[in-house]
Amino acid sequence: MTEQRGARDGSAAAEPIVRAEQVHKSFGRLEVLKGIDLEVWAQEVMCIIGPSGSGKSTFLRCINHLEKINAGRLWVDGRLVGYREHGGKLHELRESDVAVQRRDIGMVFQRFNLFPHMTALGNVVEAPHRVQKWSKSQCRAKGLELLERVGLSDKANAYPAQLSGGQQQRVAIARALAMEPKLMLFDEPTSALDPELVGEVLDVMRELGNSGMTMVVVTHEMGFAREVGDALVFMDDGVIVEKGTPREVLSNPRHDRTKAFLSKVL
Amino acid sequence: MSSTDSPSEREQPEAIKAIPVRHPGRWVAIGVIAILAAMFVHMVATNPAFGWRFMAHNAFRRPVLEGVRTTVLMTISAMVLGVALGVVLAVMRLSDNPILRSAAWLFVWFFRAVPRIVLLTLCGNLGILFAEYSIGVPFGRQVASLFGLHADLTLFGVDANSIASGFTAGLIGLALSEAAYMAEIVRAGISSIDPGQTEAAQALGMSRTLTMRRVVLPQAMRVIVPPTGNETIAMLKDTSLLIAVPVSIELFFQLEAIGARTFRIFPMLVAACLWYLALTSVLMVGQYFLEKRFSRGVIGSTRREQVPVGGAGGAR
Repeated sequence: MTEQRGARDGSAAAEPIVRAEQVHKSFGRLEVLKGIDLEVWAQEVMCIIGPSGSGKSTFLRCINHLEKINAGRLWVDGRLVGYREHGGKLHELRESDVAVQRRDIGMVFQRFNLFPHMTALGNVVEAPHRVQKWSKSQCRAKGLELLERVGLSDKANAYPAQLSGGQQQRVAIARALAMEPKLMLFDEPTSALDPELVGEVLDVMRELGNSGMTMVVVTHEMGFAREVGDALVFMDDGVIVEKGTPREVLSNPRHDRTKAFLSKVL
Repeated sequence: MSSTDSPSEREQPEAIKAIPVRHPGRWVAIGVIAILAAMFVHMVATNPAFGWRFMAHNAFRRPVLEGVRTTVLMTISAMVLGVALGVVLAVMRLSDNPILRSAAWLFVWFFRAVPRIVLLTLCGNLGILFAEYSIGVPFGRQVASLFGLHADLTLFGVDANSIASGFTAGLIGLALSEAAYMAEIVRAGISSIDPGQTEAAQALGMSRTLTMRRVVLPQAMRVIVPPTGNETIAMLKDTSLLIAVPVSIELFFQLEAIGARTFRIFPMLVAACLWYLALTSVLMVGQYFLEKRFSRGVIGSTRREQVPVGGAGGAR
């Protein structure tokens, strides 16, 4: 992709897909997020890097309300995540309403989390069929199409235990895409993979990014961030330390903490 | 590889032909067990108290077969009700709602503490407590009298004796007791599933019920089925406690009655053993196939490849 994506191309709405304002999150007395401000625009690939324990995965999980934030505001596609604002007060959303919000947000986990009792195709078609109530034949066609897109059409009938880690993660990506999300979240999608299997997953993600999907990717793959990312965020100790284009941040980090981190991983 | 020779150039080494380790202890054990077995068979065949002919004559009499029918029917009904209620209790115990959690805990606490024979006797005597069971407004009589009325706001009622005796009373007792045990088994099964599974389902926008039904429970079944098989076998045997209700058309009571009437107790006790052995064996076969069914997708399970592509979720 050579052209600038997202809001910068002028066609997209003025509202970012993800907007975080002063997001705080604590587990008990441990404060994991200490005020995150971030915007992710349509068709943008946002990479988040940082040392482990910096809160990057927690922030990702807040975006689809797998974690409840303690303070601040978080919007996805213009709607508050997990809450409804009414008469100046926040009301918690019912679980069914949260579920509806999550349908627009795909998530890929570090440990794949495929359903082991279903085939690859079964995993992909489960949510469209049961949640969206699309017809079986429609789901099946879509499922096979998605498996082909991630290069696994011949594995439709295989169970997750019969697949390699890379194949499992590609099925997990297809599963998330089956709900036709507006936003995809990737939580260290290649960290649990053998080194030789990382490439195949990154290829799928690259293709996805190039096709215009809005993505937030927590990753340790600096090469991927540099090549596919439109924006890069470096997080440390619950705050965003540095933000910019991947090239800027990776080549000319301005902060000492970024420099120290990059010197260890590059 | 560090070796420079290619495998073809090197000679294939001779297959190992070692003398196996001897196990003299095994031979001794075989001898001892063979002698004991022979003694047992001899005793069974020659001791007249066994009365094999008499037993064979009486073990299939009409009341006995009716007893078998009751036993099987009771086992199935009590297990179906017990499992259903057990799943509900387990979900309650894992709920966020503290009231539901404590209610389920209280239920399990009570019904695990009371021995089945006591519980069944109690169920058989519920007629003492209420003359009639009715469905209507709770505290209907009291509410009505508050307004000076004489209605009792009952929708319909049944005579207690038609429920609280016999099969129904026994079924209630066994099912409630079973539910308490099943609740614990199901809870263990649900807790054994990786929380990542629930998260993945939630992230796909699946509701809590759907997640439980499509993702968690099918996997938990692998943990739940084997102990449930044991529970079913235990239930089959515990139907012999139904006499406490009392239910008399039941396998053990009928066999024992024949023994008591004819003064030949022992053959009928042997008959009871054989009947329970046979019924239990049938259950074990069923358990084997159930376990196979729910180990789909697990390394080492056998019929993975045959599952058809069709069907969303591959639930077939």
